Amino acid sequence: MSLANILRHLKQALVASVWLSFLTLPIMVIRVDTVEQTVTWRWMHLAYMAGGSFVLALIWYIMMERRDQSQAKKDLETVERDSALARFLSDPRLARPLMAFGFLVAVAFPWFFSLYQTNILISALIYVVLGLGLNITVGLAGLLDLGYVAFYAVGAYTYALLNHHFHLGFWAVLPLGAVMGAFFGILLGFPVLRLRGDYLAIVTLGFGQIVRLVLENWGSFSYGPSGISNIDRPGLFGIAYSVEQATTYMYYIMLGLVLLTIFVTARLKDSRIGRAWLALREDEIACQAMGIDNTRAKLMAFSLGATLAALMGVVFAAKTTFINPASFTFMESAMILAIVVLGGMGSVLGVILGAFLLMLLPEYLRAFSEYRMLIFGATMVLVMVFRPEGLVRAKRKVYKINVETAG
Amino acid sequence: MEYFLQLFFGGLSRGSVYALIALGYTMVYGIIELINFAHGEIYMIGAFMGLIVAGLLTALGWPALSILAIALVISVLYSAAYGYTVEKIAYKPLRNAPRLAPLISAIGMSILLQNYIMLAQTPDFLPFPRLIPELSFMDRFSNYLGTSDMFIIATSLVVMVALTLFIKFTRMGKAMRATAQNRKMAMLVGVNVDQVISATFVIGSSLAAVGGVLIGAHVGQINFAIGFLAGIKAFTAAVLGGIGSIPGAMLGGLVLGWAESFATGYISSDYEDVFAFLLLVVILIFRPAGLLGKQRAQKV
Amino acid sequence: MAQEMTGQNAGDAARPVLSVRNVGMNFGGLRALSEVNLDVLPGEVVALIGPNGAGKTTFFNCITGIYTPSEGEVTAYPKTGKPKRINGMRTNLVCELGMARTFQNIRLFPSMTALENVMIGRHCRTKTGILGAVLRGPSTRREEQEVVDKSYELLSKVGLEKLANEYSRNLPYGAQRRLEIARALATEPFLLLLDEPAAGMNPQETEELKQMVIRIREEFKVSVLLIEHDMKMVMSLSDRIYVMEYGRIISTGTPKEVSEDPQVIRAYLGEDSDA
Repeated sequence: MSLANILRHLKQALVASVWLSFLTLPIMVIRVDTVEQTVTWRWMHLAYMAGGSFVLALIWYIMMERRDQSQAKKDLETVERDSALARFLSDPRLARPLMAFGFLVAVAFPWFFSLYQTNILISALIYVVLGLGLNITVGLAGLLDLGYVAFYAVGAYTYALLNHHFHLGFWAVLPLGAVMGAFFGILLGFPVLRLRGDYLAIVTLGFGQIVRLVLENWGSFSYGPSGISNIDRPGLFGIAYSVEQATTYMYYIMLGLVLLTIFVTARLKDSRIGRAWLALREDEIACQAMGIDNTRAKLMAFSLGATLAALMGVVFAAKTTFINPASFTFMESAMILAIVVLGGMGSVLGVILGAFLLMLLPEYLRAFSEYRMLIFGATMVLVMVFRPEGLVRAKRKVYKINVETAG
Repeated sequence: MEYFLQLFFGGLSRGSVYALIALGYTMVYGIIELINFAHGEIYMIGAFMGLIVAGLLTALGWPALSILAIALVISVLYSAAYGYTVEKIAYKPLRNAPRLAPLISAIGMSILLQNYIMLAQTPDFLPFPRLIPELSFMDRFSNYLGTSDMFIIATSLVVMVALTLFIKFTRMGKAMRATAQNRKMAMLVGVNVDQVISATFVIGSSLAAVGGVLIGAHVGQINFAIGFLAGIKAFTAAVLGGIGSIPGAMLGGLVLGWAESFATGYISSDYEDVFAFLLLVVILIFRPAGLLGKQRAQKV
Repeated sequence: MAQEMTGQNAGDAARPVLSVRNVGMNFGGLRALSEVNLDVLPGEVVALIGPNGAGKTTFFNCITGIYTPSEGEVTAYPKTGKPKRINGMRTNLVCELGMARTFQNIRLFPSMTALENVMIGRHCRTKTGILGAVLRGPSTRREEQEVVDKSYELLSKVGLEKLANEYSRNLPYGAQRRLEIARALATEPFLLLLDEPAAGMNPQETEELKQMVIRIREEFKVSVLLIEHDMKMVMSLSDRIYVMEYGRIISTGTPKEVSEDPQVIRAYLGEDSDA
């Protein structure tokens, strides 16, 4: 980067900083109380804003220049490199021992860390599976489902209600939850799947909101805003566990489910149906013209994602033993979307990384917890602008050709 | 009969505000085929700017009507600036990206703006001074049409007429129409498309800001989350009327306002928000072109 | 000639693979196609030519189910089974029946490799579902291997075997066009519909493409209907030609007949021109 360019960026950043400070001045600096008729001035905020925006703007302009350069290069060359992190992790000499080590750590985790930590990790793992589920719908098939949380709610309420009314246990309801998820996936999917990308997004958003509002208002069915409590934790053949035992049990159940989901997703990605989904995502018209029934393929992706979400709903209800409609807002859908987007649409490793980053960092950086959602939002914008393929670019399988048998 | 009129004017009032916000959605979609998810937040920011101005000036003892006027002006200016900036940061870099990308970016922007206001101001509901004065000649209508409702209706009408004249007769208005119809061609005949797009965002945001201030003054309180719901409903209105069509957005807003008003008045008020979402889902499934929209065929 | 190519006996030679009768297409007030009659006989290469905007791609869209014709009959004669009326039949079913196409503005799947693009073509001839994909039993693995092998074979037929694991978006233009053809062939069609396959190609590439089409016709026993602007290629490749102008067929016949038809000359060169 030449000196002239750096100077130019400094100037741009200065302009941006002044503009942004002016723009945010009233909101950041002034606090009014119309009842007491007082006005509070917080000039320090202006200083933070000016300084912070200058630095951020400078980084922005520099990164924009690099982005434009690399885009111009891409038109000429065909080199595509993964992020350093992804390359590091996929190096085969490293990948195996790393995975083995990771697995050992995962298995041993509850014995070395506190109950609290284990609970946090269980939450993160739930989001891993939710992310992988949405990854099938959005990442593989390209269906932007903004109401994904509705299926999560379906699973949770299925368990909560069946447990509350009929005392059915976790293991009995788990498959039922999956079935409910698939059913609702087909039910909600069928009317909307012929819609185009952004319309589909909004309709699914609408559906998600409707489900939540119905749960909130249909008190006689769902017990309204106060929710359902005293949901049973998972047991084993009727043995009820203490809180510590149940948490550990839950952890291993989740670990198993995560591994199962990873396995299923990896198998699907490079299969006949996985390729059909990718074709669907890239070009619906060509996909249909090549003999693929778009509607059926969409329905399958949509309801598979729904099934996974519903499964996690059952787990969530069993873990927190209390659910209410407030856990199933649009923000949840947006967070899961952020995980998939950040991690890399279509990439299993990416989604796992994304889930851990977005779920665990806020826990361990408590100082910033207030800013968590703000950072979520900013992350989504930044990833889309600078690295839309996410942390880990989804890669296609490299086929080894059996030269003797082929033409 | 009186009840009917109450619902009618209430619906007209809320419908006018929906129309103001819906215009922003429809214009942006018409020009760059993007659902500006963050538009609801611009409306909310307009309300907050109005509050801050109102707070400053009431503390200084200014009369209500002039505070309202100044609040509207400042709020419009700031919201326009926000709209302009959001476009430059979150949408312009993605103009050639696949369609999902700007939509996701818009969602991120929406979340960012909401939390920005929540953190910089407060998560609580903030009281908004009643700036709309009581006019004595309205007293005889007070059973079914309040002053602030009438004020909202009148202001919205004026603004929408101004917009229609602008689109129809000014150079920029023509440039906007041209760009919406065929961006490449507009570029080739010398239209500065970047400017046109920015102008679209600026105008849409200004309209939303007017809505925000009016609603704040009318309802008496605001909060960082009002943008989300109002945004979705206004988007429903825009789709109902035909996304991309300016008269459609106005019509859609009114229809939605009346539908909500009469539904909550005669059926049930619990499921108020569900009506809008149901309407949205139904329109998108059965008639995505809306009332006044054109069915766009895709070129193969 | 058609009989020698496909080895069918004289009785079958008259039976077309595609028969279009009186097809018309309206878009609101615009009449894009009128009274279009067209046949493709087994093993033929039939060209559809005409000025830009004549309605050729619209015609393709009408016979592949993307549009439903406003009038007329489109009948397909698959290799086995009875003739089928395919007006408005869903596009994927048309492909399953045996009519595969390429597109005017190449529609490959950019994030997939060349091999995978062709493998997509095998989708409608295979049947593994979600469960099969997850369990990966012996029949699934066998089917997968067959798909890979057949797709690789097709890539070699169009000369792209070395680029099998390249992302299709990174392929040079000419390779992309050939890849689209390989993908269409993977669906085992009886009729191949090529929409401007030589667009943007230089004379050498065009000649190679022409040879490739001739090879494909022979080897895969497939009939070809192509839209093309490159007259040299059309004249030397086609058995018969249809000329379209303003949505109507204004002339049909062998290349020689069509090139001497005054209507055609007028359509291409305008009135008051010397022949």
